[in-house]
Amino acid sequence: MSHTNTKYYYPYISPYDPCNPIVKKSYPTPPQLYLGFQPPNLPQFETAKEALYSGTLWPILYDKYKKHD
Amino acid sequence: MWYYEKKLQYPVKVRECNPRLAKYLIEQYGGADGELSAALRYLNQRYTIPSKVVGLLNDIGTEEFAHLEMIATMIYKLTKDATPEMLKEAGLAPHYVNHDSALFYHNSAGNPWTAEYIQAKGDPIADIYEDIAAEEKARATYQWIINVSDDPELNDSLKFLREREIVHSQRFREAAEILKDERDKKIIF
Repeated sequence: MSHTNTKYYYPYISPYDPCNPIVKKSYPTPPQLYLGFQPPNLPQFETAKEALYSGTLWPILYDKYKKHD
Repeated sequence: MWYYEKKLQYPVKVRECNPRLAKYLIEQYGGADGELSAALRYLNQRYTIPSKVVGLLNDIGTEEFAHLEMIATMIYKLTKDATPEMLKEAGLAPHYVNHDSALFYHNSAGNPWTAEYIQAKGDPIADIYEDIAAEEKARATYQWIINVSDDPELNDSLKFLREREIVHSQRFREAAEILKDERDKKIIF
């Protein structure tokens, strides 16, 4: 199975749930959970600007967050 | 001591006057997992932790103040020209009667900041794990604020702050490795 930074689960849905049920729920599991002690000389973003806007020097630590509605 | 650089760590742009969003953001200003708590927690722990990780606490604690400044800027911009009527509609009337539009260190529910938010157990492992948890909680808080915010430019800054929590968490996890590490010892088979 390939690596993901989002995990899913399917909670029990009762026939008496008052709100419209969300069948599939998700939660983030960002990269720092998997990296361990950061090895030296990891690839960095191409430009300083890109790194600033990402919030980190290393793409491996970058976790894009998408707004959920 | 500190040197102060007179600019924000990351630009803060706010598209619309939205006091309701300020009400949510104040959680990251004076809340339990907010930036003030984080800065004070880390800087305070520096004194009673092995010297190998003091520098890390110093750096991250300092950066948290830079984040605090960004949050303050967001709240200020979101409320600066709001009328009392608008503040009332956003549920900020209790804040207004006490503080006008001044910022104050309290959480979204209006509870004032308290030193109980910053843990210092004195046990290096307990303290570093506390810090990892604090970073993950702050990351989660940013996610929930982004989810309720409709302002793309503000969300851009919030996503930056969320990413910084990830990097800090990574560094604290490495600090935990350093604290339990036996790498310096000769391994004899």
